[in-house]
Amino acid sequence: METNPQSEAVQYGRGADIRHALHLLKRNRIVLAGAIVSVAFVMLALLSGLLVNPSSWNQQNSNVILCWNNPAINWHIINVFNCGGTVYPLGTDLYGRGLLQMIILAIPVDLWIAFEVVASAVIIGVILGGLAAYMGGLVDEIILRVTDIFLAVPGILLAIVLLVVLGRSIPVLTAAVLITWWPFYVRLVRSQVLGEKEKPYVERLHAMGAPGFRILFRHVVPNSIFPVIVQATLDIGAVILTVSALMFIGLTPDPKFPELGNLAKQGIQYLFTAPWLILFPGLTLLFISIGFNLLGDGIRDIFDPRLRR
Amino acid sequence: MLTPEIRGNEDVLKISNLNVIFHTYAGEVKALNGVELSVKKSELLGLVGESGCGKTVTSLSIVGLLPPNAEVVSGEILLNGKNLLTMTKEEMRKARLKDVAIVFQDPLTYLNPVLTVGSQITEIIATDTQIFLPKLLEHRLDEIVQVENEKGQLDTELLSEKQRLNSAVETGKLDANEIKRLTRNYVLSILRSVRLPHPEKALESYPFELSGGMRQRAMIAMALIRRPKLLLADEMTTALDVTVQAQILQLMKELRNEIDASVILITHDLAVVAEVCDRVAVMYAGDVVEVADVDELFKNPLHPYTRGLLASIPRVDATIDQQSSIGGSVPNLIYPPSGCRFHPRCPKAFEKCSQAKPELVEVSPRHLVSCFLYEE
Repeated sequence: METNPQSEAVQYGRGADIRHALHLLKRNRIVLAGAIVSVAFVMLALLSGLLVNPSSWNQQNSNVILCWNNPAINWHIINVFNCGGTVYPLGTDLYGRGLLQMIILAIPVDLWIAFEVVASAVIIGVILGGLAAYMGGLVDEIILRVTDIFLAVPGILLAIVLLVVLGRSIPVLTAAVLITWWPFYVRLVRSQVLGEKEKPYVERLHAMGAPGFRILFRHVVPNSIFPVIVQATLDIGAVILTVSALMFIGLTPDPKFPELGNLAKQGIQYLFTAPWLILFPGLTLLFISIGFNLLGDGIRDIFDPRLRR
Repeated sequence: MLTPEIRGNEDVLKISNLNVIFHTYAGEVKALNGVELSVKKSELLGLVGESGCGKTVTSLSIVGLLPPNAEVVSGEILLNGKNLLTMTKEEMRKARLKDVAIVFQDPLTYLNPVLTVGSQITEIIATDTQIFLPKLLEHRLDEIVQVENEKGQLDTELLSEKQRLNSAVETGKLDANEIKRLTRNYVLSILRSVRLPHPEKALESYPFELSGGMRQRAMIAMALIRRPKLLLADEMTTALDVTVQAQILQLMKELRNEIDASVILITHDLAVVAEVCDRVAVMYAGDVVEVADVDELFKNPLHPYTRGLLASIPRVDATIDQQSSIGGSVPNLIYPPSGCRFHPRCPKAFEKCSQAKPELVEVSPRHLVSCFLYEE
């Protein structure tokens, strides 16, 4: 009874969890694709500083403005300039910068903003939503009415006002998007906790004399967090789209700033003479959003022990 | 009320005149109608009755976990002389932590599905370490003393550990890793005492990876780990199949001597009561109608309801037509019958039964019954 054979022991514990997660991942091809795409983008974001000089976005090379020298794609446009000897796989933009390099620099910017917004929204949501549902009464009422105020204002409009009033910078942009984002998480967490706190194991914890805050944050919240994780993963894509949209309508700190929406914006005037300017940043946005959306669906299957067996 | 002959030790729990009502849309449900109950030290008391008679409401009143629409109208619940009903929330939590434990019916739904069984068992120690530290130290020191007695002497490692723990007993302080090690050691010994197979492996399993019997053993371990003075087992074996049920009951019987706690076994299964209990209290529609030692109750049931209940136990050698049952149905507790709540169904009811509520009186030594048939 004391000494278990090794083969039996490995059926339990953390190692088995990870193996099981990979097994579930492999079984579902679409989720696997989403996971690969998202992980690839995150890796690219982490390595972008090594691949491209981070300050190169601020340089200008007027000799190679809007040129295309990749023979793999023929745009059938008469006035495509040649870039001379230098290789620009995705052509160059208005300022003569390589578009591929700019996209590589833009991915970490977008992902980081999205991560900051979603992570903060989840933390705020878990704390406020958890307390609202668990304590009920006046606390619940106050928290809900505050979220109502924020939900009543159209999100994009509020963000635009904040950016115009407080100045166009990345921290303000992040805060502006967060302000429109967190109320949804408060509501989501609240609804989950409301259902979860009536479960028998919570009654047992009360009967065992466990302190209320511990019951809430160690038991009830982890049991209610799966829909939140799924929502957060889906929202990574959604936040990137919102940020890009704000940048696209011109709320950038700098017209040259490498951000996917801002890069796409340059191309709108040159839709017919330099289509790559809007096409490739747009495609990048599409892939990021799809990747995280598919990953979000898969994460639920993988991290929810109730869906196992 | 007359107190029964005392077995040389005092009441651990004493409930007197407990009235609980539930406020519902349809009206006030008078769920408990002056319940009188006492539990002696190290006693196994069976609380039996049909569904809705107030067994569970009684146990939830004891642990202070009645639903929000319930109201305790009057009465007191004394645990070692302290009234649980007048405690503040924090005092009540401490009492649940230290003195009263409850084991529920369905072990799967009462375990958190996303945490390992081990972390759920140890958690209660982790939250209030100061309360449990003396128990942890005492347990480990006992183990060391046992080794010393067996071998005659201690090796240097155990000797230094003994010194460290002894100094910790005085200072009340121990570093976190030591506490973790002691906790694990203590939990494993509890898991062994509830006969949970492969305790090390079970600690790292999730609830769904264990069988029903193993889960119930884990739940019992969770209750025992606090060394409670009173253990409430609410339909503990109902969700288990018969063979596992027998094992768990056997375990309860064995443990009762080890843990030195009083146990209230709440069940509707008279066979379970006959098997393990010392004393039985029979409830009907919010009243305790009869309390007696288990042999006495089965041999000489006095209250007409108890008689009916015993007669309606299904028999293997009887067909369903021969099976007796109590006529009528359980009364609606929003409009309970006047007087004795059993009188509309009672074959021996007479005029007085519908007019006054009979007191619970001692008719023979250690045999209490609330029925006018036995009043002088």
